[in-house]
Amino acid sequence: MAPNTRIILICSGKGGVGKTTLTANLGIALARQGVRTVVLDADFGLRNLDLLLGLENRIVYTAQEVLEESCRLDQALVKHKQEPNLSLLPAGNPRMLEWLKPDDMQRIVGMLAKQFDYVLIDCPAGVEDGFKNAVSATKEAIIITTPEVSAVRDADRVIGLLNTNGIKPVQLVLNRVRPKMIESQEMLSVDDVTDILALPLLGLVLEDEQVIISTNRGEPLTLKDNISPAARCYANIAKRLQGENIPLIDPAKAGRGLRDKFMRLMQTKIF
Amino acid sequence: MTLRDILNKLLGRQQASATTARERLQLVLAHDRSDLSPELLDQMKLEILEVVAKYVEIDMDEGAVSLETEDRMTALVANLPIKRTLKAKKQDDEQSS
Repeated sequence: MAPNTRIILICSGKGGVGKTTLTANLGIALARQGVRTVVLDADFGLRNLDLLLGLENRIVYTAQEVLEESCRLDQALVKHKQEPNLSLLPAGNPRMLEWLKPDDMQRIVGMLAKQFDYVLIDCPAGVEDGFKNAVSATKEAIIITTPEVSAVRDADRVIGLLNTNGIKPVQLVLNRVRPKMIESQEMLSVDDVTDILALPLLGLVLEDEQVIISTNRGEPLTLKDNISPAARCYANIAKRLQGENIPLIDPAKAGRGLRDKFMRLMQTKIF
Repeated sequence: MTLRDILNKLLGRQQASATTARERLQLVLAHDRSDLSPELLDQMKLEILEVVAKYVEIDMDEGAVSLETEDRMTALVANLPIKRTLKAKKQDDEQSS
């Protein structure tokens, strides 16, 4: 058994802000650092983690069969071909939602924790049963949000629920950051979001078309030494999770020209 | 408020949308976190004003009761300018009559 297994829930409240993409990229990035990592798709209603990892055709058994004890855990785990340190435990049939209880979730995660250093749980959107089941099995959490009012509000709600459940630490990832829009003050800044949510920032991910291209292919960006902006962001998040001290990219300080300096002056808070 | 906000105000332009987003979020989150609906808050505001009005005369137009949050702590903040105490008011009324 790995006694120091980190069990991390990746959640957001709102759907479509990048939970599954973060789970896939973080899973690959951690595995590339040599730690035994498993990603668990807890979104039983609408599973997609298999698709983003390009493993959808290799699923034989799922978490459902493991819980029913009709197969062993290692039969259900799908090992990533290029990155064998990473395994996926696929979500079962959507009907699992009807009977799955927090106990079941804890049982599954307990089994995974014996074999892996990291268990990343891809949480379903919303704050209903699926979320509650996932929370019951986790120790720490990463909240992912985008700099939009609806996503930040939902994230706040989820943070409140995680706090009441004693989940610690809870860290923040800010996704789809557009430095130009922040510069012209047409997007909430990184500081705005961290101030409002009062969470430590684990990292930010720049808006990047490569993310869409990589999901089309089922090859997460972190699979290669990719120089695309988002790929670097995901890799940095994985390193910080491992305790490395990687400085944050400050989107507001990216430019050094006179124009950038002027824009920064214009958005300095005076009072 | 930023330099840009001040410039926009001077020129009568709309403030930057990020500022609007920040303000709207702070307000809505204060309500979400305290689980108080705007109606309940209004009702509470009226009752607080009634109680305070028993003791001092307050400026009803300038007064404000609002929820503010900082670091996930929500506080009920009441800013009620006192015109004069009721004692002083009584004396004034007696003098004028």
